[in-house]
Amino acid sequence: MYNYTDFDTAFIKERNAQFRSQVERRIDGSLTEDEFKPLRLMNGLYLQLHAYMLRVAIPYGTLNSRQMHVLADIADKWDKGYGHFTTRQNIQYNWPKLRDVPDMLDALGEVQMHAIQTSGNTIRNVTADHFAGAAADEIADPRPVAELIRQWSTDHPEFQFLPRKFKVAVTGSPNDRAVTKAHDIGLRMVERDGVAGFEVIVGGGLGRTPMIGKVLRDFLPREDLLPYLEAIVSVYNLLGRRDNKYKARIKITVHENGLEDIRARVEERYALIRPQFTGVDQQLLAGIEADFAAPKFKTKSLAAFEGAYTNDPVFRSWADTNLNDHRAPGYAIVSISLKAHGATPGDASSDQMRVMADLAKQYGHDELRISHEQNVILPHVHKSDLPALHAALKEAKLATANIGLISDIIACPGMDYCALATARSIPIAQEIATRFDELKLEHDVGPLKIKISGCINACGHHHVGHIGILGLDRAGVENYQITLGGDGTEDASIGERAGPGFSADEIIPAVERLVLAYLDLRAEPAETFLQTYRRLGLAPFKAALYPEAQANAA
Amino acid sequence: MSKPFTPKVVTANALLEGDVIYQTATGWTRELAEAEVLTDEADADLRLIDAAQQIDVVVGVYLADVDTSGPTPKPTHFREDFRAKGPSNYAHGKQEAASHV
Repeated sequence: MYNYTDFDTAFIKERNAQFRSQVERRIDGSLTEDEFKPLRLMNGLYLQLHAYMLRVAIPYGTLNSRQMHVLADIADKWDKGYGHFTTRQNIQYNWPKLRDVPDMLDALGEVQMHAIQTSGNTIRNVTADHFAGAAADEIADPRPVAELIRQWSTDHPEFQFLPRKFKVAVTGSPNDRAVTKAHDIGLRMVERDGVAGFEVIVGGGLGRTPMIGKVLRDFLPREDLLPYLEAIVSVYNLLGRRDNKYKARIKITVHENGLEDIRARVEERYALIRPQFTGVDQQLLAGIEADFAAPKFKTKSLAAFEGAYTNDPVFRSWADTNLNDHRAPGYAIVSISLKAHGATPGDASSDQMRVMADLAKQYGHDELRISHEQNVILPHVHKSDLPALHAALKEAKLATANIGLISDIIACPGMDYCALATARSIPIAQEIATRFDELKLEHDVGPLKIKISGCINACGHHHVGHIGILGLDRAGVENYQITLGGDGTEDASIGERAGPGFSADEIIPAVERLVLAYLDLRAEPAETFLQTYRRLGLAPFKAALYPEAQANAA
Repeated sequence: MSKPFTPKVVTANALLEGDVIYQTATGWTRELAEAEVLTDEADADLRLIDAAQQIDVVVGVYLADVDTSGPTPKPTHFREDFRAKGPSNYAHGKQEAASHV
């Protein structure tokens, strides 16, 4: 893992001291809220419906056990004993007091963490494949590059007042687990003639105007990455619209000016600034790469794993859903579900955080990841340790075997917390998960991604859910719209709106009708919901959603 | 003709705690039931200006509609209902404070 240099440590310390003084000046009245707001946002501090909220960056979703312990300690000391992991691989605390926030930031700084640029119109926390460095299908670990981008973008003087926020995601695998096509810039590692480089995707995004990113450069040599990124953001900084907040993201800039125009401008800018990058960034990258060297994988007998897999059906079910292929022989990637049926998606208690930290230390080469799907990953676990790990997870209520299934729902905080929300998301997720647990159907249904947003800003990624749910306020009542057929992978697509929305009472039965219809419609059990949808289109699902309309038409 | 004025309260978040507060005749309260109900538009505008000037106490002041058909003011919109109660996934926020009384 990356270790802070003296420069990083001093930078965070100074930044925290600045913010402490800004908080003091806000409290004594020398700063108005209008003056203070951009300052607190630059440091991850929001004011939500019931309280402040501190959003802490977990760069590219990677942390070690010591950091996870501190996240737990912060939750106990200054919050209500839990944290909420988000679709941006961050953690949010929902109940801090303004006076305590500088102390929270200092505590984070002690373990090389911060909340810088988790909000505001800047380049946000860079996200990456949560299986980075472990996945069997990976070309290379994307995290060194993500860290390089973090260093380049943090406090970058040209990019502190962009037209709007700017999100970058990186993947090192052909199977895209980082939703790169729904980011302002998505980077996919590719190889051409033995040379490592990137496919550069630009102008993706969800929100009120969802767009799939477009390929700006199909092959960019690795060493040209930073100047090329700088050229893109620079073009956007000048060209992006500042007259209308809803048209300010780069996806609109690309859409309005056309990809060819943007490409020409970026290439022109790139040619101008490329000579300024003298190779120092590549020296830095080499150092960062050394920090991300793979752990020393061990060789052990698989007998314990095979025995448990054969004899313990609960373990087998968990292993079948919550493990992924690791690049090292004998190893597995473990996904710990933060989606126990009926619980709040993405929430972990401080005790659970400590259990996960200790298990990572004991069995997982001291590494944890946060996924954008709001789960925790132990990327490197030898299979022989899985039975003991599973037993410990069970004890902490962390052994739910539902990764990728219908109850593994992404949900934004919605109107239970968020000041922007137009409806609640969490209770809908809780009820869907509880209902399908009662039906005992979810393993039969198989891979199905439900994603729920409580407003049009789409933090819950509903546009790329196989079933997307969008909560709106319709004449003072919560109303939920369904979209179908969205996909956040390398085959990314935006879901199609199914029809009129449903009330909070109607939405769970509606989802149930959809899923039961899928079970009837699928060609064979191996055909997933998304495959069936792509084969048959919207019509049969619409018929299941709106039986009255069918009856009336007949 | 403009819409008839409906009863309102001045609400905001507390600067230090960040929680929801309501204006009373003399200061602020954390309970909607204790809020000062404003039935005159000109009066409401003045009370809002007064609240907005208290920059070292409150953040984000605005007028929220209330239903005055009962003995105490009640929210008319579900958003204000959540603000007055707290989140629905945990008994945190105002509902937590209430359960401690």
